[in-house]
Parts: sequence; C-alpha cells; structure tokens
Amino acid sequence: MSLFDKFQPIVDIQAELQQLGVMPFGAVTEKLLSSTEAIVNGHQVILAGTNNYLGLTFEPECLEAAKQAIDELGTGTTGSRMANGTFAGHVALENELAAFFDRRHAIVFSTGYAATMGMGSTLAGPGDVIVLDADSHASIYDGVRLGGADIIRFRHNDPADLDKRLRRLGDRIENTLIIVEGIYSMMGDQAPLAEIAAVKRKYGGLLLVDEAHSLGMLGEHGRGVAEAAGVEDDVDFVVGTFSKSLGAIGGYCVSNHDQLNAIRFAIRSYIFTASPSPSVIASTRAALRLMQERPQLRDRLWANAHRLYNGLTALGLQVSPEVSPVVAVTIKDRNQAIDWWNRLLQHGAYVNLVMPPASPSDDSLLRCSVSAAHSPEQIDRIVEAFATVQGQK
Amino acid sequence: MPDYNEYLANIFAILKPFAKQGILLNEESELVTELGLTSLQVMELIEQLEDHFDMSIPLNILPDIRTVHDLALALEKLNP
Ligand SMILES: Cc1ncc(COP(=O)(O)O)c(C=O)c1O
Repeated sequence: MSLFDKFQPIVDIQAELQQLGVMPFGAVTEKLLSSTEAIVNGHQVILAGTNNYLGLTFEPECLEAAKQAIDELGTGTTGSRMANGTFAGHVALENELAAFFDRRHAIVFSTGYAATMGMGSTLAGPGDVIVLDADSHASIYDGVRLGGADIIRFRHNDPADLDKRLRRLGDRIENTLIIVEGIYSMMGDQAPLAEIAAVKRKYGGLLLVDEAHSLGMLGEHGRGVAEAAGVEDDVDFVVGTFSKSLGAIGGYCVSNHDQLNAIRFAIRSYIFTASPSPSVIASTRAALRLMQERPQLRDRLWANAHRLYNGLTALGLQVSPEVSPVVAVTIKDRNQAIDWWNRLLQHGAYVNLVMPPASPSDDSLLRCSVSAAHSPEQIDRIVEAFATVQGQK
Repeated sequence: MPDYNEYLANIFAILKPFAKQGILLNEESELVTELGLTSLQVMELIEQLEDHFDMSIPLNILPDIRTVHDLALALEKLNP
C-alpha cells in the first residue's frame, strides 16, 4: 500500500487512451484563430465546447481595457482582497455587479470556484443543514463538505422531492441553506426556479442560486434564471463566474442581505488567495457593460442554440432534454464516446468529452456549447461533423 | 421509533435487487467492496430508506459506513 495506490484507476485509463492514440483530457489549444476557431491537437477546428457564450474573448473594448490596466497597474495585485489586493477596479466592479443585479451588495472572488465553494462552506456550518440539487457542480459539493453542515440531496430539478425533504427537517429549516443552479452545465437544463422558490416560501430557509451558465442569457436584463422565472426576491444569494459569458476569470456573489459585508471576512477562499489581476478586472468590467449594451448577443446565442439543437436532433442522436446554449449528446458506451470525440476533432469540431463521474449518469456525453460569435454556417459545420462521424463505421 | 432490527430488515429488503447475484446478505456484508454497489446505487439506497422511514439521512454519515450493520446503527442514531 502507498499513497499512490488510489490513483491507479486514473493511470489505467490514461494507458488505455494512450493505446487508442487519443488525448481528450488536456487537449492542447495551440493557436486561436478567433473566438470560435482554433488549432487543437494539430487540427483546425470550430470551438464547440467552450463556455464563451457571448463570444466576448476577443472583443476590442475588452482587449483595450485589459491592456490599459496592465500598463497602469501591472500584471498582478500580489495580495489578498483583505490586505493589499483590493484596487479601485475591484470595488468598482462590485458596485457595477450590484447595480446590474439590482441588489445592495456584491463580492468579487478570484474564481467562480472560489465564489461557490466559499459561499457554500461559510454560510452553513456544523449543526446547520444544506439541501442541494443532486446534480450540483463539484464546487458546490466541495464547499458544503468543507463547511461541515448536514448535507441532504434532493432529486435533480424535482421541487416535489425538495418539498418532502424540507418538510422532514421540521424546526431545523431555520438553519437551512438550499442550493441550486440556474442552467446546469452538463445537460443545459434549467432549474424550475419558480416552483423551487414556492417550496422555499412554504417552509423557509435561505436560497442560493449558482447562475454560472445563465448570466447574460436569460431574463429581461440577462440576470439569469431567477430573473426569467420572476423570483429574484426569493433568491437570497446569486453566485456566478466571469469565466463564461464574460470571457475572463473570477467569480461573484450578490445579495440584499446586509450581513454579506460581514460574511465576506469569514470566507476563506476570499481571504487566503490573491485577488484577480487588474487586467482581468478591467476586461470583466468592459464585458459586463457590453453584455448590457448589446442584448442582440443574447438573441444570436439563442438562435445558434436552436440551430445546433435542431440539427443534432434531426440526426437522430440522443440530445439533452431542452434547447439551451449547452447541447449534450449522450453516448452510452465510453469507448464509443472517446472514438466519436476523436473523429469529431479530425472533422473540424472540438466538443467536450464528459465521462462518469463528471457526467450526471452512468453514460458518457459529448457536450457541445454555442456562442453568440458562431455564424450559422459554423453551426451547420458542427452538425455536419456529427453527421460524418455518425455515418462512418 | 423503529429499532435496529427494523432498520436492518428494511436495508436487507431494499438491497436485495441491488446486490450482485449469488451473494448472501448479512449484517457484515460490505456495501461497496462486497455487494458491488456503485455510488449512484448507494444514493438510491439512502433515498429509499429516507422515504420508507420518512427521515433525513445526511450524506455526512457515508464515510463511516462500510457494512449493513454500520448503516443500521447510523440510522438508529439519527432517529433515536
Ligand atoms: C455551476 C458552476 N459553478 C461554478 C463553476 C466554477 O467556475 P470557474 O470555472 O469560473 O471557477 C462552474 C464552472 O466550472 C460551474 O459550472
């Protein structure tokens, strides 16, 4: 026995993949040709497996803001938000996020992971209760485990199951935090937030929603599923990330609870890590502004989502349950999924290969995502790549 | 409140269709290593027990549970 024994299953899978000549995890993007095309593992591909939903990563205003910040403020803050790492830009971004979400308070974190993990681990501790959707992201699970509260799962997107679990808590509901996501990252399905909020109103507790994959996509202002469902008042905390629709890296939490300003100084993933670099803050602020100024980005994103969803459905593939910027194709057999992933790459489409336990079931997934920056022709080429791979034996 | 034996009987009943063919269930049966339950099946087992006894079983108890006996004991402690 050694410390290394537990990694043997990973070593085995790596050896298996090497024999197949495929490297799906850690594929190398050698060159970016635009926000939607790149050279990956030597193949020129359309990027159909990113989270660049609004396609803002090469937006001139974002690039310019980042460059100017580097010139004026340097490459990094070299410190924690709580010490020397809070620059004027961090505070300005917090104010802009609060204004955008129409909430009183905002915290900026170094990553989305730090935001979700930090809120989950800090809000509920030993003796408290967390009730979370079973398909929650790893950052949520990591956070709530660290916090030490009693963790209870409810069936994915099932408000009746949530109801049952909250009822069983009795008085403990006073100390309960409910956690769900807006759009789920793997299958692209939306939480039934109106129904979930109704259950919360019936029993009590606090509700945190991770809108990592829904910022800028849904609701009149693009605030996400909570806004689209008309239940923002029932959502106590919204967390999210700058790494997807805003094209940078970093995370946030917004809330109307005045306690957020005290909670801030209890969150270890906020305190014990360096704050985001000035250039990251600058491009994020520019992207947040552009997202609000250009609602047409959202329209293009959804037009592309429909086009890809309909195209893949027409091929007879097993496609995720609802139209969304994330379109997942289920391939039951792991080796077949690996083979398809590899051949899609050769035919000019990069998608994400997802295998259990990262996928929500025992099946493997080819997770595709669309961007507002994709042209309709590019979407058609992604569908054609699937058609070609499907037709080959 | 149900006692240890009642929990035990229910765990056996729920486990029967899950467990690998031909394995005899007893108190010392190990859920994962011996009966071959996947993590999803462990979750399902927990869920069925929660529904049957109308109780909450936090995931936090799982790291300490290896055998059927461990599980029945943990349920008794949660619902004394
Ligand atoms: C639902 C969800 N929450 C949090 C995160 C973490 O965000 P980030 O990658 O920006 O750290 C992600 C993405 O990885 C996610 O999908």
